[in-house]
Amino acid sequence: MSLSKLVQKRSNWVAPYVLFLVLFVVLPLLLIAVYAFRNPAGQFTLQNFVKFATQSEAMNTFIYSVGIAIITTLLCILLGYPAAYILADSKLNRSKSLVLLFILPMWINVLMRSLATVALFDFLHLPLGEGALIFGLVYDFLPFMIYPIYNSIQKIDKSYIEAAHDLGATTRQVFTRVIWPLSVPGIISGIMMVFLPTISTFAISEILTLNNKRLFGSIIQDNMMMSDTMNYGAALSLIMLIIIAITSAVSGDDSDLSEGGSLL
Amino acid sequence: MKKFLAKSYLYILLLVLYAPIAIIILFSFTNSKTIGDWRGFSLDLYANLLSGQAAHSATITQAVINTLVIALIAAAISMLLGSIAAVGIFNIRNRKVRKAIQFANNIPMINPDIITGISLFLLFVSLGISGGYVTVVLAHIAFCTPYVVLSVMPRLTRMNPNIYEAALDLGATPLQAFNKVIIPEIKPGMVSGFILSFTLSIDDFAVTLFTKGSNGLETLSTYIYADARKGGLTPELRCLAAIIFLTVLILLIIINRRSSRFNKEQ
Repeated sequence: MSLSKLVQKRSNWVAPYVLFLVLFVVLPLLLIAVYAFRNPAGQFTLQNFVKFATQSEAMNTFIYSVGIAIITTLLCILLGYPAAYILADSKLNRSKSLVLLFILPMWINVLMRSLATVALFDFLHLPLGEGALIFGLVYDFLPFMIYPIYNSIQKIDKSYIEAAHDLGATTRQVFTRVIWPLSVPGIISGIMMVFLPTISTFAISEILTLNNKRLFGSIIQDNMMMSDTMNYGAALSLIMLIIIAITSAVSGDDSDLSEGGSLL
Repeated sequence: MKKFLAKSYLYILLLVLYAPIAIIILFSFTNSKTIGDWRGFSLDLYANLLSGQAAHSATITQAVINTLVIALIAAAISMLLGSIAAVGIFNIRNRKVRKAIQFANNIPMINPDIITGISLFLLFVSLGISGGYVTVVLAHIAFCTPYVVLSVMPRLTRMNPNIYEAALDLGATPLQAFNKVIIPEIKPGMVSGFILSFTLSIDDFAVTLFTKGSNGLETLSTYIYADARKGGLTPELRCLAAIIFLTVLILLIIINRRSSRFNKEQ
């Protein structure tokens, strides 16, 4: 087939991007797995995973990160759910710009927002440390919780709520029987977008705790940056990647994430 | 009353969300070493920054230039690659193939930055390519293009497919038909995709950190990181942070205006 024939068929236009995706998205992810099962000399080994399971530093940091991530996620739900509910309720809020204001910080990078948190703590003369870390993480990730919950509440067919009212449900019952169950998918997306990134956070825990506390992401970064521990770093990344894959499979789809892209 | 309480809650939350950013911007307008120590209104920090008198001024200027050049190139290539890909994906009839490509397109958006950064770092290491401009630009294209695909797709969905066929029937070459029919339809999506990619690129920190190599290439984010790590932010960087915040916010508001106008048209 000649080149012009190939170009004429418009479905072929996807070819350059497919090539790009294979080379710069799929292959690199496979490389993480390849490096994870190798030693620095390039031979097959399980040593990296044994090291993770037995060496206390990475394991302890991992458990600590999971703990911090659970606290951060719970606080985000506690603060974010009411906000998302109010934003989505047409009786309480009609302003779309208000929604936008809550979502905008999502797009400013975590490093800048953490430095801003440090500035706030300096300004209020509060000490940096674990408290600042949790405040900073909640501050960083709250928009990621509000947005999917807002989306799921907004999508609820209003006639369900009217029907519940007509059938004699109290406002409270409408909430517990209709709105809450239908907003659970949003909460799950929110947890995905807060819990996992918190564990893999790096750089900001050092800044917010003056190098006292570190999260799993920092351990990955440290190991990755040195050529003799690169394979161990890859193994830690693979563990992270597996957790991501499992949670996305369990939580169903990723539609909210892609909608985040088309929203703005 | 209920409405008042609800609104107050939102505004208090917004206040907390924006307070840190506001404080950085506020203290970029005073001449003090530390934040919290207000020494009266002054534009000294901005003047130092612009006149090149700040500490490491040359490095900062270079970092700004690097950030902009990388963002422009990455956004331009992503726009082209993503738009062509969107036309391709839209015309794939086989549902399984289409799903697979869309899934791959979602990967960079789902993965945490650190994983994207590390995976590309390993790619360049194993290919023996040392980090620099090229690797950073390639990495930025990798995480920007999916967003271009997503902003062009809705335009194609809305388009009447018969117009393109009609153009061909009336004797246009495929290239002419593409230029005269498809491009005008998807152009707004391409522009949104470009601005979005530009914003994501300026704003990126993690992926750049892993792909910039060790030859001294710094973008604004990585420079600010290195500076903050040394203990405390150089005062002039507050101005830069303020400028980045405002630029990103303005760009996002523009993109949002564009997409809400599009939604209204529909």
